[in-house]
Amino acid sequence: MHPTSHAFPENARRALNDETLQYMLAKSRTGFQLRRAAAAQRLPEFEELRDQGKAIKDHALANLDVYLELFEAKVTEQGGHVHWCRTAEEARETILDICRNAGARTVTKGKSMIAEEIAINDHLEAAGFIPIETDLGEYIIQLRKEPPSHIIAPAFHVSKEQVADAFRAAHTDLPPERSLEEPRELITEARLMLRRRFQEADVGITGANLLIAETGSTIIVTNEGNGDLTQTLPKVHVVLASIEKVVPTLEDAATVLRLLARSATGQEFSSYTTFSTGPRRPGDLDGPEQFHVVLLDNGRSALLGTEFQEVLRCIRCGACMNHCPVYGAVGGHAYGWVYPGPIGAVLDPALIGLKEAGHLPNASTFCGRCEAVCPMRIPLPKMMRHWREKEFAEKLQPATMRRGIGAWGWLARRPALYHAAVRMAVRTLRRVGTLPLPMLQGWTEHRDLPAPEGRSFQELWAERRGGSKR
Amino acid sequence: MSQSRSQILAGIATALGRTPDDARRAAARARIAGHARNLVPARAQVDAEAQVRLFVQMALEVSATVARVPSLDAVPDAVAEYLAGHNLPAELRLAPDPALDPIPWQRRPTLTLSRGRARDADAVSLTGAFAGIAETGTLMLVSGAERPTTLNFLPDTHIVVLTAAQIVGTYEDAWDRLRAQSAAFEGGLPRTVNLITGPSRTGDIEQTIQLGAHGPRRLHIVLVEE
Repeated sequence: MHPTSHAFPENARRALNDETLQYMLAKSRTGFQLRRAAAAQRLPEFEELRDQGKAIKDHALANLDVYLELFEAKVTEQGGHVHWCRTAEEARETILDICRNAGARTVTKGKSMIAEEIAINDHLEAAGFIPIETDLGEYIIQLRKEPPSHIIAPAFHVSKEQVADAFRAAHTDLPPERSLEEPRELITEARLMLRRRFQEADVGITGANLLIAETGSTIIVTNEGNGDLTQTLPKVHVVLASIEKVVPTLEDAATVLRLLARSATGQEFSSYTTFSTGPRRPGDLDGPEQFHVVLLDNGRSALLGTEFQEVLRCIRCGACMNHCPVYGAVGGHAYGWVYPGPIGAVLDPALIGLKEAGHLPNASTFCGRCEAVCPMRIPLPKMMRHWREKEFAEKLQPATMRRGIGAWGWLARRPALYHAAVRMAVRTLRRVGTLPLPMLQGWTEHRDLPAPEGRSFQELWAERRGGSKR
Repeated sequence: MSQSRSQILAGIATALGRTPDDARRAAARARIAGHARNLVPARAQVDAEAQVRLFVQMALEVSATVARVPSLDAVPDAVAEYLAGHNLPAELRLAPDPALDPIPWQRRPTLTLSRGRARDADAVSLTGAFAGIAETGTLMLVSGAERPTTLNFLPDTHIVVLTAAQIVGTYEDAWDRLRAQSAAFEGGLPRTVNLITGPSRTGDIEQTIQLGAHGPRRLHIVLVEE
């Protein structure tokens, strides 16, 4: 996916004027929030489970090299293969090689954000393979040739009428007069079309929600069952996973899984949680003959030991974006890359660079709801602040903004001068009322600058403190 | 590729400021060998009878259906009635699982049975299960020569025969039972362990939940009380 994060302001403006998008955003947001709240409330241990989930991931990250080695040994012992890839390019090459060696034509895919990260579909197509997304949401956006707008509900910006249009354009061998008004009809059609694809697939690619060092298993969590057909029917199963997904034991996985669905969709548990270990065993009647795990770093190990290490605890539930007022206003596409919302505002600058994604950590009101609902208690606002500091340190903002911040910083370090300036500004503003300040137009275009009450906070504070002394 | 491996591992070690020495490896192995439980919700830590009640309640909540029968002898009637009640064909694709052998299918001669992995045209499958997990009404199914995974996903209707004795409280309880049998799986997990909680569903079209996205539209559990 080619990033457009540098154009966030224009992207956001376009999103705010997109009526369908605004309708879909309004429709889904409250549902996600209510369901998560109800699920969390129903489990009395939920808050304590969050603490434990955090501790498990912290432990796994602090020993990441060791657990990855153990995971690899187990996969190999069970007859699987682990491929270590530093970059997106290495991962793509590895996957293309596996597909070529399998003599593949059709490649089915379960939902995977890392697959988006390395843009595997484009490269599969360029190499002559036919990649087919099988998650219904991913299938819809693949037909519409657009990226996902949410990490767990990739097509939630699309209305059912738009889905019907996409199906009519793609499924040309079905009777044109068929009805596609109801979601039920759309799902039945997608099921029928994708069944054909499942049967003809030579390679199935899935992501992984977790990797287990104890058993060498990879886990996927889905509601549709598409990930299971993707990995059970073809002769080759490729798991695409990033290195931070590993946890030590099945018990640790159970704790994380208790948090995942509740935080994501508000379900007690998703319909299908599948543990895959190696290829099919002798005598098995189905299952893949080959099992490959493509382990991708792509900039993650560089976050260890930094102020951003904690973001690697993320389990991709999407709760942060479901509760974010900025995401709720502009949707996912405005962020311009794979991971939108608060997690994207922290992760995207790390993965595609601050120069490209510098707007994202600034697109926050710091209301703190993302951190409040994050099952892994990732301090997302604090990390956005770190990015803002880096942006200033690396001189990435426009000169006028830098000069403004610099001037304020200079003034703020000189209390006497600062108070004098504030007193003067407050009095002037009170006398003049709301006035068109050319410098502040970006702000005053959409809201009034309130006229100050009269005296500055420092003056009132000094008076109150003086008063209590007396 | 081995160069990538060593570079990634070395990069992690450097970033963490320590090397993967034997002491750290031993500590990780010990943690795995101990596989201690973390916090387990109180909800499912109840006696066996209450676990069965909770399992049924939670399974119904996620749109599975449950028929309770006194013994395996009663399974053919229960299955035939279920199929007739849903206007489904009286044809079953069975897992070639010896655990299902005691079911006296001859009691319902109108049922057509075949055994093996699922084929595209199979409308209804019937399998056993390894465990039922009360906590969330979840079934644990494991793959093997006698338990093809395709039966759990391809047919439109999946019928699972589960005995009350197979119901446990939590995921951890189910893993412990599976570990106890690990010799049968050559020391490792079976190729596929499916935790199944209700039928297939999707909310991908305007956030309206619809059943039967890719997997079964119906999940019917025949709970054998004996």
